[in-house]
Amino acid sequence: MRYVKPESFEAAATLLRDETGISRILAGGTDVLVQLKAEMVEPDLMVDLKHLPGMREIVAEDGGFRIGAAVSGAELGEHDAVKAMWPGVVEGVELIGSSQVQSRATMAGNLCTGSPAGDAVPAMVTAEAVARVHGPDGVRDVPVVDIPTGPGKNSLSKGEFITSIYLPARPAHAGDAYLRFIPRTEMDIAVSSAAVSLALDEDGTVTSARVAVGAVAPTVRLVKDAGAALVGSKLDDAAIAAMVHAVEAACSPITDKRGTIEFRTKTAGVLAKRAALIAYGRAGGQL
Amino acid sequence: MAFDDQVKRRFNVVGTRVTRPDGIDKVTGKAAYGADISAPGMLHGRILRSPHAHARIVSIDTSEAEALAGVKAVVTGADLAMPEDADFADVAINCLARDKALYDGHAVAAVAATSKAIAKQAIRLIKVEYEVLPHVTDVDAAMKPDAPVVQEGRALENVPAGKSQNVTTYCKFGHGDLDAGFAKADKIIERSFKTAATHQGYIEPQACMASLGNDGRGEVWCCTQGQYMVRANCAAVLGVEESQLRITASEIGGGFGGKTSTFIEPVALALSRKSGKPVKIVMTRDEVLKATGPTISSSMDIKIGMTKDGRITAARGELRYSGGAYPNFTVEMGAQAAFAAYDLEAVETIGWNAMTNRPKEIPYRAPGAPTAIYAVESVVDELCQELGLDPLDVRLMNAARKGTLSSYGPTFNEIGLVATLEAAKAHPHYTAPLGPNQGRGLSCGFWFNFGGNTCVSLNINDDGTVGVVEGNPDIGGSRASISMMAAEELGVPYDKVRTVIADTSSLGFNDITDGSRVTFAVGLATIEAARAAIKEMCRRVAKIWDIDEDAVIWEDGAAKPAGPNAGTHPPMTLAEIAAIAGNTGGPIAGHHEVNADGAGVSFGVHLCDTEVDPETGAVKILRYTVFQDAGKAVHPDYVEGQMQGGAVQGIGWALNEEYIYGEDGRLQNPAFLDYRIPVASDLPPIETVILEIPNPGHPYGVRGVGETPIVPPLAAIANAVSRAANVRLTELPMSPPRVLKAITG
Repeated sequence: MRYVKPESFEAAATLLRDETGISRILAGGTDVLVQLKAEMVEPDLMVDLKHLPGMREIVAEDGGFRIGAAVSGAELGEHDAVKAMWPGVVEGVELIGSSQVQSRATMAGNLCTGSPAGDAVPAMVTAEAVARVHGPDGVRDVPVVDIPTGPGKNSLSKGEFITSIYLPARPAHAGDAYLRFIPRTEMDIAVSSAAVSLALDEDGTVTSARVAVGAVAPTVRLVKDAGAALVGSKLDDAAIAAMVHAVEAACSPITDKRGTIEFRTKTAGVLAKRAALIAYGRAGGQL
Repeated sequence: MAFDDQVKRRFNVVGTRVTRPDGIDKVTGKAAYGADISAPGMLHGRILRSPHAHARIVSIDTSEAEALAGVKAVVTGADLAMPEDADFADVAINCLARDKALYDGHAVAAVAATSKAIAKQAIRLIKVEYEVLPHVTDVDAAMKPDAPVVQEGRALENVPAGKSQNVTTYCKFGHGDLDAGFAKADKIIERSFKTAATHQGYIEPQACMASLGNDGRGEVWCCTQGQYMVRANCAAVLGVEESQLRITASEIGGGFGGKTSTFIEPVALALSRKSGKPVKIVMTRDEVLKATGPTISSSMDIKIGMTKDGRITAARGELRYSGGAYPNFTVEMGAQAAFAAYDLEAVETIGWNAMTNRPKEIPYRAPGAPTAIYAVESVVDELCQELGLDPLDVRLMNAARKGTLSSYGPTFNEIGLVATLEAAKAHPHYTAPLGPNQGRGLSCGFWFNFGGNTCVSLNINDDGTVGVVEGNPDIGGSRASISMMAAEELGVPYDKVRTVIADTSSLGFNDITDGSRVTFAVGLATIEAARAAIKEMCRRVAKIWDIDEDAVIWEDGAAKPAGPNAGTHPPMTLAEIAAIAGNTGGPIAGHHEVNADGAGVSFGVHLCDTEVDPETGAVKILRYTVFQDAGKAVHPDYVEGQMQGGAVQGIGWALNEEYIYGEDGRLQNPAFLDYRIPVASDLPPIETVILEIPNPGHPYGVRGVGETPIVPPLAAIANAVSRAANVRLTELPMSPPRVLKAITG
């Protein structure tokens, strides 16, 4: 295995493009190193990107924030302004792993790993976050929702990698929240999860809503009908029930050692309901 | 050895909370565990394991691996002796399979190489041709006559005909007229239960370094609960004499019964014998979960009859355990323990063991008891609910006490069950209010405890300090407790005593650290060794004072004249006697060898409050209190630690821990991500209440405390969850999908 610390994003892209064997990108390494230890993969090339410009930085941009792809969960969790603007995104990232893992784990890595259960992903999707992708052909911006394509798979081409994630500005009277179900209280992978992002008008009526669920389909899924069910309501029981119904209808999970189809579907709805109520409160809504 | 005939004995050291002797080394990383030792020229061993649940090994071609540069030895089952004794033979074929791989993860071959990377590469070059066979991993399926047979010809003679050859053990315990008993009942409940296999979950994976020369002399450094057991197994499996093997037990990162067998030491020795170099093997977590001891998995039927005022009239249990791919007797302990907490006129427990394509069961705290008692205590709780009775009052009414003919035969002596139940009843926890979706459960628990073969040497050092040499790895604070008992008996401060664990060549045979025996049996032998040393010190002083030996007594750490007739000699302290020992006959030591009897059974009662999320099936443990009879708590911190640790491991067993097998018979969750032991944030503070009902079989009244605490949690939590969710749960673990399914129907 060759370990390389390239001088620039361009050099990294070229290296990755030209590698004929298995390559891996190292940011936090919390997935890659585990895969190495478990002997699931033996890469021929490991490209470390942590040191490149902007990778470890959080920068204000157009009312939102650009978060470097190697910013750790712990760093993000200590950034008061990001936390105030997108509490649901930050709480999702902070749920990854343990305190030790938090000092390494990144939201971009969580996204690229392509796990349907990635904790950082649903709230990025509901926040309409955009990934900046560098590659052999230059730079492009891709909505986060379009990055994962299936378990362990993403839409990036050979030689491409994410260098930052942009969280856009949030309108007034808006809030988001992320919840996951795990059998324990920590150190686990979501059996199901849900993120909700809401904006309200002055009197507390929902003007826009986005709902995303995790671990209930091959990728994190944005459930447009679920968001639509909340718009125009103050989260009354009927709106919530319609939203839960839409979430359940959007689930196509598997039964495995972590949960059954039935359990994942039911709890995704429950979590979406609870996350909506939290987001509503954060947006300043009174129930 | 009898309880000291002293009214209200006052202890100076025993019962205090002194500093543990191993604490600083452990928190600073200085303590040497199994993987921490290296030697010049050492090779790294690695084991190839079967990917199949059940397969005939047609051939093993090691030639390519042997040809790889850096590979110094490759061994297979053919490199180990095949002992005549069935138990040793099982150890041998479990260390390296012979004709069949019996479970996913069964060791098939091993290599030793100059680096870990080469060893890993070499493993992949070994070509094993398997003929995959039908497999069975479920105990009920394994008992069916047409089930795939794991091993042939292993059934004991008393197993009735017509069963699958997988059924190896049958047992029956009890007394009284069951039919008459059930006829007297106002309410009879009969329920079936299932429990998943769980793992001891020790944090330190098995590790060893071994060296064996062509002259037959060998050394092993390993992490184990019993160095003498390792010696016996290695001698049998390698075909060498015990005197030629010296086994040293490392510091141990958790055992819980799981380190009472050998998996890698004979393999490392075989590799060393072949390569002429020391060989280290360190298991991975994946290997630990796949190939070292989980518990039994079980399927059980329990039937209990009760009068409307709460008297149990009859009780019957049938237990079907599987201890994996080998014959196993754990069900006998389960069957004996099942109804031990009750004073019953009519009781019968039947037990079966069936082999399955799973790893060999290795003891886990109170092996066999937690599952059986879970099933019994669940039915007792349901009867209390149905009849509208207080579950503590019902247990008090039916509690076993001194003179009770136990459900497994013996008549109980002094036992602490009633006192423990009364303590639970008096505790504020029992009457604390509960909120919505909350439930309170309780359960009794029981364990036999054990004494066993024990040697102790106690040396009086010339500077007035004391060294205790014992032979049992310390998995629960025994070094502190043993030093405390030596200090108590000798009348010296605790910090003047140091207890060390001997290698197999430095002290006579000791049974393994199991059965909650060490503080009891090694403590007892230490007290006797100290008394022998005291006798010798009095003899020396008698010589100095020129009076009869009988005229010298030992008091407060010094020899004194017994009375005025003995003269007016000033007391001579232990240090003063030790300093001139060379002039009075030479070094002073005491020793004691015993097969200790009278361990004294132990009872506990656990109270647990849970809250169940009716929308997700998630269970939160809100409050947990452990009541247990410790006989005499030598070091209360450690006793409380045992009580808390047992409760925590039981919480894991009850809620999330399980061996999950796929259709292919392979283990689905060999890692701590999906084998879910509790994390700290899952747990409330575990409150403890120690009862001290002296054990008549120990000079200080000590009872073992290490195993009883894992017995009640399964039922205490199941009863709390069943009450909180308003539906009876009958399968462990009570994972959220299972609880939610029970709630939603």
